[in-house]
Amino acid sequence: MDALDVARWQFGVTTVYHFLFVPLTIGLSVLVAILQTLWHRTGNERYLKLTKFYGKLFLINFAMGVVTGIVQEFQFGMNWSDYSRFVGDIFGAPLAIEALVAFFLESTFIGLWIFGWDRLTKRLHLATIWAAAIGTNLSAYFILAANSFMQNPVGYRLNPETGRAELTDFLAVLTNKVALVTFPHTLAGAFLVAGSLVVAVGLYHVIRNRDSADSSAYRFATKFGSWVVLVSSALVLITGDIQGKIMTQVQPMKMAAAEGLYTTESPASFSVLTIGSLDGSREVFALKIPYLLSYLGTGDPNGTVHGIDDLQAQYASQYGAGSYTPIIPVTYWSFRFMIAFGLAAAAIALLVLWTHRKGRTPTSKWLLRAGLIMPLLPLAANSFGWIFTEMGRQPWIVFGEMLTRDGVSRTVSLTEVLTSFTAFTLIYAILAVIEVKLLLRYAKSGVPDLTDLTDPTDDSDDAERPLAFAY
Amino acid sequence: MELTTVWFLLVAVLFTGYFILEGFDFGVGMLLPVLGRDDRERRVLINTIGPVWDGNEVWLITAGGAMFAAFPEWYATLFSGFYLPLLLILLALIIRGVAFEYRHKRPEASWKRRWDTAIFVGSLVPAVLWGVAFANILRGVPLDAEHEYVGGLIDLLNPYSLLGGATTAALFLTHGAVFIALKTVGDVRERAGALAVRLGVVTAVLAVAFLSWTLTIRSSTAAVVFAVGAALALLGGLAAARVRREGWAFAGTAVAIALAVATLFAALFPNVMPSTLDAAGTLTATNAASTPYTLKIMTWVAVVFTPIVLAYQGWTYWVFRKRIGVAHIPHH
Repeated sequence: MDALDVARWQFGVTTVYHFLFVPLTIGLSVLVAILQTLWHRTGNERYLKLTKFYGKLFLINFAMGVVTGIVQEFQFGMNWSDYSRFVGDIFGAPLAIEALVAFFLESTFIGLWIFGWDRLTKRLHLATIWAAAIGTNLSAYFILAANSFMQNPVGYRLNPETGRAELTDFLAVLTNKVALVTFPHTLAGAFLVAGSLVVAVGLYHVIRNRDSADSSAYRFATKFGSWVVLVSSALVLITGDIQGKIMTQVQPMKMAAAEGLYTTESPASFSVLTIGSLDGSREVFALKIPYLLSYLGTGDPNGTVHGIDDLQAQYASQYGAGSYTPIIPVTYWSFRFMIAFGLAAAAIALLVLWTHRKGRTPTSKWLLRAGLIMPLLPLAANSFGWIFTEMGRQPWIVFGEMLTRDGVSRTVSLTEVLTSFTAFTLIYAILAVIEVKLLLRYAKSGVPDLTDLTDPTDDSDDAERPLAFAY
Repeated sequence: MELTTVWFLLVAVLFTGYFILEGFDFGVGMLLPVLGRDDRERRVLINTIGPVWDGNEVWLITAGGAMFAAFPEWYATLFSGFYLPLLLILLALIIRGVAFEYRHKRPEASWKRRWDTAIFVGSLVPAVLWGVAFANILRGVPLDAEHEYVGGLIDLLNPYSLLGGATTAALFLTHGAVFIALKTVGDVRERAGALAVRLGVVTAVLAVAFLSWTLTIRSSTAAVVFAVGAALALLGGLAAARVRREGWAFAGTAVAIALAVATLFAALFPNVMPSTLDAAGTLTATNAASTPYTLKIMTWVAVVFTPIVLAYQGWTYWVFRKRIGVAHIPHH
């Protein structure tokens, strides 16, 4: 084990962990904004209750997303300083713009939204949650544009004097075709998570609190969340399909590794699962769908999909001797888990809608259990998607330009990286337990009573009136 | 003006904004056990910064991002070189941010006590370590000819940098006390005002010592002017605090922090990280910079969006301009 391995593990753990909170922040910010808009439009109090209820869950999650995000920005300099030197001219710009254009918007307006219930007019207060939601979603774009440069470097040249990559066309970086397709794919994946959480919590109260005075609110939330899940899962599939084809062009090795396809085939079949040797080179049993891989990769059921062996030989002659093959079991299974977990969430959403048809109310304990694990499914799908796309790019940190092992900080010792890896993992584990417990506590407690709510439009300057919200 | 100079100034401005804004956040956090005698008083203190701390912290994210985009070499060397102090700052910011949001989520006293500790430690550690880090940047650190940091943790802990850490902590404490006096009513306000004066005297001594020492290490006309200005602003702020002119006192400490940061950057320029070894290792605003094309794009983005950010962030402070006291804290 050396500093490189630990630095890679640290990046993997902190990034996957960060991205447990990001999808909920992206998706729930918009869903809460929609709920508040419904209240604003209809005046129906159930929407206000839902806004406050899901808003609380959103904020418990939001705090974790913010603090783990700071680590992401500084980690490049700390553990990956040679990478930072190499790509800083290009990669730094979207990060800086993200902070200035998107993150300020999100953080400032979320503060206004949390504390502004009795300080702003209803309209203005509604605008603050939308501003925060726009900031959050915009933020995702710039981060994905930065990541897409690592996947498919564009708009740059190599300076032979400095050995660094230099920006030549910023618009090309922002309109990288990988970024353009990854953005909707990631957003749809985020809404899959957020919708699932809305369903899980709503369904719990629909089944457990049948006689609650707020049953209509829970019922609405459950159905609303289910529709969000269904629509976003369709979008995930469509964008994922396009993404697969683009990835086949820009990183054919990643898509060959997704299937564990060693030899070039036309047509190529897609295996749903395989039992065989761990590196995937020898199969004992495989459940295969003919033509599917060709279609996924090229759009043509008879299209040619290049195999790992051919690509490895091609890269070795292009970039010099060495292994250019990612870890096949990781790419193979993460790709399948991503799809399977995402589809499972969509299936549960369908079932939930079916059990609510024509005013029916479900009572099944099994449905309740399925509903409760539901948010974990797309969350896992998101994690596996990132693990797939990042591990599938290996050994490159910037595809075709820089190897991961060349990007690590040369002067940072193993002890230092181990210290930081251990510290982050420990503190993240503790915070995860606290966060989940809080989420469950607040999810169980149900929608709030509105009796103690002061009228936000009451503008009388009552100096002693308690704040509508305080930490 | 050269674009590299523009970006040197912008990075300086971003860190200045960060230290002014998160400076009082840190001060409030450090004063939590001192000025908050019971839970309701502690909630008053936390709620003075509740709506704004997150937006204030984005100044750091933006400063880091700007450094990455405009001076990748500086970003890479600084963050890999000052590894352990930065790690501690990050850990502190994590527990502190979560603490603000989670502290009020359960009623148990033990729960709140733990998060109070997290807020205190999470404010104290960065308040000290930012001073240590910036003092070391100014003093110079061992960089080899490839601009890689070749020192250890021990090299970062020297009398000058420790004085720097004590100075930023003291400045933020005073700034925080003044801010609390400005934003609260009643008992808390009285005690914060009185404490600000006492803290301010110690801070003034530390700041004058640190800035004088700084100017003996490296200096420029601008740096001297800024240092004198910082001292005067701090003394002015103290005088205002003594007569409980809280707005003026806050303006005084804010300007003092701004000019103290300006002193460091002015003394540093045109270097961004001087090397104590080979002079070729020294990073400057020129050799650490991105290409003119990147700087040009970033300049446009900054020109368009910085005023917008300042406008809405300023508006937030206007929305939450009212003082708060224990009577305003809801019971749930």
